[in-house]
Amino acid sequence: MTTEHCAVDLAPAAEILEGYPPEEASLIQVLQDVHRAYNYLPCDVLGTVAKTLNVPLAKVFSVSTFYKAFALEPQGDTIIKICVGTACHIRGAGQLVEELERKLGIGPDQTTEDMKFTVKTVNCVGACAMAPVMIVGETYHGSAKPARVGKFLAEAEVDHAD
Amino acid sequence: MRIESKTQFESLQAESRARHSDAKAEIHVCCGTGCLANGSKAVAEAFAAEAEKRNANGGPPLVVKPTGCHGFCERGPLVAFKPSGLLYTKVKAAAVSEVVEKTVEGGEILSRFLYKDPTDKSRIEQYTDIPFYKHQNRVAMRNIGLIDPTDILDAVAEGAYAGLAKALFDMDPDQVIDEVETSGLRGRGGAGFSTARKWRSCKKAEGDRRFVLCNGDEGDPGAFKDRSIMEGDPHSVIEGMIIGAYALGAHEGFIYVRDEYPLAIVNLMIALEQARAFGLLGTNILGTGFDFDIKISRGGGAFVCGESSALMLSIAGKVGEPRAKYVHSTAKGLFDLPTVLNNVETWANIGAIIDKGGTWYASMGTEKSKGTKAFSLVGKVKNTGLIELEMGTTLRHIIFDIGGGILADRPFKAVQTGGPSGGCVPESLLDLPVDFEKLTEAGSMMGSGGMIVMDDRTCMVDVARYFLAFLIEESCGKCTPCREGLRQMLVIYDDLVEGRGKTGDIERIERLAKGMQLGSLCELGKSAPNPVLSTLRYFRDEYEAHINDNACPAGMCRELTAYRILEDLCGGCHACFKACPVDAITGEPKSLHTIHHDACISCGACFDVCPDQAIETFPKNTLFETEVV
Repeated sequence: MTTEHCAVDLAPAAEILEGYPPEEASLIQVLQDVHRAYNYLPCDVLGTVAKTLNVPLAKVFSVSTFYKAFALEPQGDTIIKICVGTACHIRGAGQLVEELERKLGIGPDQTTEDMKFTVKTVNCVGACAMAPVMIVGETYHGSAKPARVGKFLAEAEVDHAD
Repeated sequence: MRIESKTQFESLQAESRARHSDAKAEIHVCCGTGCLANGSKAVAEAFAAEAEKRNANGGPPLVVKPTGCHGFCERGPLVAFKPSGLLYTKVKAAAVSEVVEKTVEGGEILSRFLYKDPTDKSRIEQYTDIPFYKHQNRVAMRNIGLIDPTDILDAVAEGAYAGLAKALFDMDPDQVIDEVETSGLRGRGGAGFSTARKWRSCKKAEGDRRFVLCNGDEGDPGAFKDRSIMEGDPHSVIEGMIIGAYALGAHEGFIYVRDEYPLAIVNLMIALEQARAFGLLGTNILGTGFDFDIKISRGGGAFVCGESSALMLSIAGKVGEPRAKYVHSTAKGLFDLPTVLNNVETWANIGAIIDKGGTWYASMGTEKSKGTKAFSLVGKVKNTGLIELEMGTTLRHIIFDIGGGILADRPFKAVQTGGPSGGCVPESLLDLPVDFEKLTEAGSMMGSGGMIVMDDRTCMVDVARYFLAFLIEESCGKCTPCREGLRQMLVIYDDLVEGRGKTGDIERIERLAKGMQLGSLCELGKSAPNPVLSTLRYFRDEYEAHINDNACPAGMCRELTAYRILEDLCGGCHACFKACPVDAITGEPKSLHTIHHDACISCGACFDVCPDQAIETFPKNTLFETEVV
């Protein structure tokens, strides 16, 4: 692991680590907070986490790659999650994924080149009664139709600009 | 204010009940995840602003409560009025001042907000008269929708912690377990193991430190009862866990919540804090000298962590890979110490069982499955949402009376229960009384209570393929039968849905399924073939059509399906033209439209929007035949 390509500010990570006992049981909670602060898990920070919690770096990577909530690459300004739970699947979640591919040119787990959007599919967000559900940033859109995807994207860009 | 005796608790109950007694009206705005998606936050804020304005003038106040999920998500945002019992559906923020003016102040009922019965088109005023609610019997969800989940006094007014007070002041730990045994309560996470037996076996295990855990990692796609309970009435879960800890002599607890449920985490945190402030949680609970506290552990987005041993590893900060279960977690669980893990809904039942008695609970349900069960009714059904019913209710009653039947009155095909470990129950079994045993006999399972209704436009081969794809992503990869079995099965399913199915594929699937059932390490792998085997059991003809005729009878598998517009029925409304994502449809408004097969991607968007049912599917291979001719 080289440090040159991932020069990030370690101060937020240090602050997060202070709030937890330095033991393995804190690992997942720490990584979640780090993820929230940086919008991904920068490799430098993982090194610091490993040292501070006294957990081998390999284990930190193992946990970081096992859980879906963690991304090891920088993510777009707005994260779009398409629920692909059973209810959403049978009510047309697949069409939403396709429409995003057409509109943004990226598939699930990819980020647009301008770093505006990251598309993810999630296995059920528990809003099945509103299927199909699409979450743009923090906003839940129920009964989402492919025809409305363009509008959601435009709203997200405006929200982010604010 | 810390409560330190039985009398103090009783006066807290009386106080909290009296709190809103002078209110002119209580307005309950549903702020569950479903209604929030429909804009209920703005509605709640508008009501609060309106109430503030009017309350400034004096007189009996208006009380506005943001509540948890009322369950009827399809019709959100929902607004209920107390004490009248009136329910308004689909209320928009812009209409709020009119509603307060006319309905709350003037007593006029605005019929446009009333629920319209889909069968006889009548407007229904009362919450309790709506078929969706009329047939329900709520125990675990007793207070959801009635209380503001961020206000503990609201919960206490509706009976929260009464069971805890009874357990701590009037019962010894063994009597608590006896009461749970009498109730016949079985684990609501899906497997249906006797709760009392689990507790007893943990209590017998050696060690002076033990844990009480709550499984809020509701990963089954199509299920969201646990989310709604944690969001809408977190106190029921906390109360159950404290009672359990008292019965077991545990002092530490964890609630493991999915990362995908942010609102549940927030509401639980608030509830824990408030419970501690009132002396209901923490040290010297209710002045009895009993200590117990709960921490929240956020999941990392891994389905397999809903499995008990994986969940415990995840709380310990490790990768959630299940272990073989020759040692039970009741003896060696979290940090290798005796542990009881129960589902959110199981814990939510405990307080009511202690308060009202095990016999009361056991008077509901069937011979072996007592009490009530929460279900999320979703998919191609008119009234989607969350319901709680007595065990033994038939599927027909659930889907047609409560659910209002199938969307657009299309034919019913199957209902999927039990998530990726469950199966599909066909029309011939609609009169099946739903309980643990009956669902298992039908080749499905209770699971976490998701019921996904499917119509004739759902391809059962595709449904089985969907679950395989889901499980491949979620399998931890530790044992070979699950990891490789799923992968090989998916290869065959991809062939089936893309028109490369061969004779012998069904038999190959069945052999792989057997191997996975026998050889997998945990229940995720052992039960993974269930969706496959149940669709094969009831819908073998659909598999055969895919293989022998290269056709998808449901008209859903894209490689096998083409669409065409029926000349006689097309009214030229232009809806399909607008819906087509690839411009494969031509036609002017008010004239016949045409689908161009060279450009069509068979996505079905046109079919879904056509108001005249003028679009039909047909096997793609016949398209080539006609073109050759």
